[in-house]
Amino acid sequence: MSETTTVPVTPHGPAHTPAHAKGRHRFYDAIARHRALVTIGFLFVFPWLMPYEALAINILIFGLYALGFNLLFGYTGLLSFGHAAFLGSGAYGAGVAIVSFGVPFLPAILIGVLLATVIAAIMGFLAIRTRGIYFAMVTLALSQCVYYAFYQAVDLTGGENGLRGVNIATLTLFGWELNFLDPMTKYYVIFAFVAVAVWLFSRLLASPFGAALEAIRENENRARACGYDVAATKLAAFVLSGAFCGLAGALRAVHLSIVPIETLHYLTSGQVVMMSLLGGMGTFFGPFVGAAMFLLFEDMLTLLTVHWQLYLGAIFIIFVLFFPRGIWGTLLQWVRRP
Amino acid sequence: MTELILEAEGLTKRFGGFTALKDVSVGFERNCLTAIIGPNGAGKSTFFNVISGAFPPTSGRMRFEGRDITGLKQHEFARMGIAKSFQITNIFPHLSALENVRVAVQAMHSRFDLWRPRENLTGLIDQAHALLALVGLGGHGPRLARDMAHGEQRALEIAMALACEPRLLLLDEPTAGMSPEETKGMMELIQRLAGERTVVLVEHKMKLVMGICQRLIVLHHGELLAQGTPDDIRANDEVRRVYLGQGK
Repeated sequence: MSETTTVPVTPHGPAHTPAHAKGRHRFYDAIARHRALVTIGFLFVFPWLMPYEALAINILIFGLYALGFNLLFGYTGLLSFGHAAFLGSGAYGAGVAIVSFGVPFLPAILIGVLLATVIAAIMGFLAIRTRGIYFAMVTLALSQCVYYAFYQAVDLTGGENGLRGVNIATLTLFGWELNFLDPMTKYYVIFAFVAVAVWLFSRLLASPFGAALEAIRENENRARACGYDVAATKLAAFVLSGAFCGLAGALRAVHLSIVPIETLHYLTSGQVVMMSLLGGMGTFFGPFVGAAMFLLFEDMLTLLTVHWQLYLGAIFIIFVLFFPRGIWGTLLQWVRRP
Repeated sequence: MTELILEAEGLTKRFGGFTALKDVSVGFERNCLTAIIGPNGAGKSTFFNVISGAFPPTSGRMRFEGRDITGLKQHEFARMGIAKSFQITNIFPHLSALENVRVAVQAMHSRFDLWRPRENLTGLIDQAHALLALVGLGGHGPRLARDMAHGEQRALEIAMALACEPRLLLLDEPTAGMSPEETKGMMELIQRLAGERTVVLVEHKMKLVMGICQRLIVLHHGELLAQGTPDDIRANDEVRRVYLGQGK
C-alpha cells in the first residue's frame, strides 16, 4: 500500500539517535546479548557484596526459584499461584533421598528435580486449559493437595516438623574433596548449579521455542492461527518452569539441611510472585534482583521490628504502584531511552 | 466445473438455544476469490469461524482438498494450509513487525526446539522480509507492531497469515475500521493475493466486493440465501429484497 508510507514513522532508527547515545546503546546491546554470562559473572562476585554468606546463598536459591517462575509468568503470560509445590517437591525429593535412602549428593539433586518435574507435568496437565484467575486458583488448589500429601506422609517427610537431617558435610565432586560446611564453598557449589541453570534458561529463551512462548504471551489466538499448539506449548513451559523451581528446592534442602513444611505452603507461592513483580517480570535478571530485594528487606526489617511483614507489604505496594515494571524493568527502560 | 478446494456440507452451529447457522452447504472453487456477504446477524462470522477452525460445527462436515477436516483444531488448520485473519486485528503488539512475521513462519518449521538460537533457522528471516514486502510493508520490519497505523497492522496480519503458505486464505472483514484510502489499498492487495491462491473473505459492504470477486455467497438469518457470480447475485430478487433493498 503506497498511501501507508505517508504515515510518519516514529524515530526508532539509529539515524535519529545522537552519536553518544548510539555508542551507549551498542554497549547495552552487547550486555543483552551476553546476559547469561553477565548474570553468572555477577553471581560469582555476589557473596562479597553481601553482609554474610548464608544470605547470599538464600538469594541465589530464591533467584533461581523466581527465574523458573518467570518462564511461566513473564515469558508465557501465565500467573501460577502454586509454584511452592515445585520448590517443595524438589526439596523433599532431594531431602528424602538423602535422609531415608542414603543417596549421594548429585543423584539426590537429580531426584529432587525429577520429582518436581513429574508433579509439574501432572499439575500442568490439569490446569493448563484454564485461563487467568481460574488458572491461578487451580494451581493454588493443586499445590495445596501436594502440601497435604507431603504433610500426611510423616514417615518419610517428618510431617509438621519438616524433614530434618539433610546433612551434607563433605562432598566429593569429580575427585575434589569439598567441605560443604564452609559457607563460601557451599556458595560456590550451589552457584555452579545455578550458573548452569541460568545458561540453559538463556538458551531456552533464545530458542525457537522461546519465540513461541513470546507469541503466546502476546496473543494466544494469533499464535494458534499461526499453527502453534498453544495448550501443548504452555504445558511444556509449565513443566520446564517446574523443573527449574525443583532444582532451587533441592539446593535449598542441602543448604538448610532441613526441609520446613512451609516450603510447600501457599505463602511460598505468593513470595515468588512478589519477587518477580519487585524485580521485573519478563526480564532476564529481574528475578535475582527481586529475590535480593525481598530477602534483604526481610533481613533488615526483622532486626528492626517484629511487624516486618507490614513494612515489606507497604514497600511492595509502593513498587507495584509506581514501578509496575519492577526494579530491573524500570532500570532497563531508563537506560534504553532514546 | 472447476475443482473445489473446500466443501461444506450441511453446516449447522447452535449456541445454546440459538441457531446461528442452519444447514449451509457450499463449495469453494480453487484459485477463486469468493466473498461471503449478508446483512448484520446473517451468520457470516459464525460461518467464517467454523470454516476457519475457530470452533467446530454442531453438525455437518467439511472437506479441504478432499480430506475431512471437521473437528480439527485451529493450529491443525494452519498446518494444513488454511490461514485466517481476524475481524479484530490480531498481532503480537510488543514484537517488531519482522519478528511478528518471522515467528509466524517459524510455526511451520520449528515449534519445540529448545536448544538452537532462533537466528540459526536460516531462511526464516528472509522469508519474513519477503512477506512484509509483499503486503507493502517492506522496510517497516524494525518497527514495533503496536506503533503501526491500523491499516498497516491489518496488512501485517495478512503477512502473518501468508506465512504458512496457505492454499486457502480466509479474511474476516479485512477492511473493518479502515479509511477509504486504506480500504482501496487493502482491496488491491487482496486482488493481488487472489491471483495465486484461493481467497475467501467476509464482507459487510456489498459494493466493495462486487467489483473484485468472482463468486458471492449470500447468507441471511443463518441460511444460505443465494450463491453465484456477482451478476447472478445482482439479478437475484430475493437478495435484492433482503439486502439491496436496505439501500446499501
